[in-house]
Amino acid sequence: MGIELQNITKKFTGYTALDNISLNVASGELVALLGPSGCGKTTLLRIIAGLELPDSGKIILEQKDTTNLPPRKKNVGFVFQHYALFRRLTVFENVAFGLKVLPMRERPSRSAIQERVEHLLKLVQMDWAIKRYPSQLSGGQRQRVALARALAVNPKVLLLDEPFSALDAKVRQELRRWLRKLHDEIHVTSIFVTHDQEEALELADRIVVINKGRIEQQGTPQEVYDHPVNAFVYNFLGNVNVFHGRIKNGKVTLGTHHVDAPDELKHTEERASQAFVRPHEIGISRIRSAETDLAGTIQEVRIMGGQIGLNLACEGFEHPIDAEIQRELYLNLQLAKGEKVFVSLNRVRVFTSDYEI
Amino acid sequence: MELFQGKRRNILPGFGLSMGYTVFYLSAIVIVPLSMIFFNTIPMGWEPFLHTVTAPRVLASYRLSFSTALFAAIFDAIVGLLTAWVLVRYRFAGRQFLDALVDLPFALPTAVAGICFATLYSPVGWLGETFAKWNIEIINSPTGIVVALIFIGFPFVVRTIQPVLEEVEQEIEEAAQCLGATRWQTFRKILLPHLFPALLTGSTLAFARGIGEYGSVIFIAGNLPMKTEIAPLMIMSKLDQFDYAGASAVALVLLLISFSMLLLLNAVQEWQQKEYR
Repeated sequence: MGIELQNITKKFTGYTALDNISLNVASGELVALLGPSGCGKTTLLRIIAGLELPDSGKIILEQKDTTNLPPRKKNVGFVFQHYALFRRLTVFENVAFGLKVLPMRERPSRSAIQERVEHLLKLVQMDWAIKRYPSQLSGGQRQRVALARALAVNPKVLLLDEPFSALDAKVRQELRRWLRKLHDEIHVTSIFVTHDQEEALELADRIVVINKGRIEQQGTPQEVYDHPVNAFVYNFLGNVNVFHGRIKNGKVTLGTHHVDAPDELKHTEERASQAFVRPHEIGISRIRSAETDLAGTIQEVRIMGGQIGLNLACEGFEHPIDAEIQRELYLNLQLAKGEKVFVSLNRVRVFTSDYEI
Repeated sequence: MELFQGKRRNILPGFGLSMGYTVFYLSAIVIVPLSMIFFNTIPMGWEPFLHTVTAPRVLASYRLSFSTALFAAIFDAIVGLLTAWVLVRYRFAGRQFLDALVDLPFALPTAVAGICFATLYSPVGWLGETFAKWNIEIINSPTGIVVALIFIGFPFVVRTIQPVLEEVEQEIEEAAQCLGATRWQTFRKILLPHLFPALLTGSTLAFARGIGEYGSVIFIAGNLPMKTEIAPLMIMSKLDQFDYAGASAVALVLLLISFSMLLLLNAVQEWQQKEYR
């Protein structure tokens, strides 16, 4: 096991940042800690690195209890959101830093350091910048250098704290794919923290969804996305339409509309429920194809590239419904603001938790 | 007019006007008054000038002024850095009180400071008594001068380092720690280079101030010829004897040395800064 966290609890004055968190990460795995800001995910990462001490619980890295070790003895690589490069040192000196501070006995020779730094910079595709200073590099380039610096000390685990969130969208996506590729090459046990569900879904082997200091769900991106265990996870993993209704006799009321309740809720007594539909799981057509289709009017059209966003006022529903359709369908149906359409809710998820959005 | 224009067209307006003001005020406040030293010295002629400024007493006073100011500046650099560190990095009761104390040497008439030191360090004073037991003489010795100059120069170092230290992100130090650096290595390899320009500026200011300091020193130095006479005192004593030209001559040399040292230190700083920009 690469990382074992046992019952980690951390309280700050006034609130509990982490509430009895236990988590295992296999060697070579790439895990995403996903959650809204303030959910405790960064605190957890900092605790693993030793930058913060837990109030209780154990941190075991590769079978070794490191709970009370200072960061410099933990042998973890940490990549910060804002790079935290040493401004007064060149790219070379930055990457070599971790090797040069080793005690005399363990320190590699000058030429060995040179070789290792060059190798790492090649790995992150920054070998051309070896003599530059961080201020001469773009954000994405700095983060690559920071990654090379963290890898220089051969860390047992690599921890990345929102590594791409300070970058612009295009670079972020590029670096994300590149990091996935890099991880496939070097297989270092890694945890990264993010609040961007897309990033987590695309990059991670496994996603751990955290909310208010607790783990809500963990699993592969597929599992978490397709089978969210509660309303929070469902809501956090993408855009949603929320309908507040009631469950009664195996049916869920959505406005004036009824859908079948999911199996596990079929026989529950009458109670409040929430139903969710993702915008891209809403069908739009000009003709009524089923009894359950809703009649709606397009209130607003948003061009979002390949996808078109529609804002629909539907009969019997208090709030407008957001839908996303393919551009092709949009053009075929010749949709426009004010047009009447029929709306089908293709995949409704119902939760009875008292979670509020 | 070319002289007063930036190399390229500047987006920021008002270069001509603000440059004009700068030159005018620098002239009115610094250059014109100081040039009087120069003009007062000229009538003297080369021979008497050389004779005045190379008199053994005068040379001794230069040596004393520059060496004591240098020692004080170095000491201030160390203690000032520590103080700034404590004020920036720790939160404790009375921090703001301490912070205000730092500026006190600025506000206090320097003569008052001198008198305080003289009483405190005199062989019968609180501290002087103790030092006397160890046979260390503070009053009437260069040591006393250094003590006074440390006091005078201290705020310069603290106040120049403080803002720079506040700017250093915690993450930088955390990054160094995660890479295996000890506290000392982090300080030595990361923080110190970062603070160095500010440290140099602060110490330079303390040094420059120390060379010109008069009020606090004369009370503690004892002003023994060849031993504890500082350069400003030489100027004052020449003025007392109505030897205006001689006073200007001594002042001129003091001015030239100080100015070239400041220029040199500024150049060092410029060179230090250049690479990282």
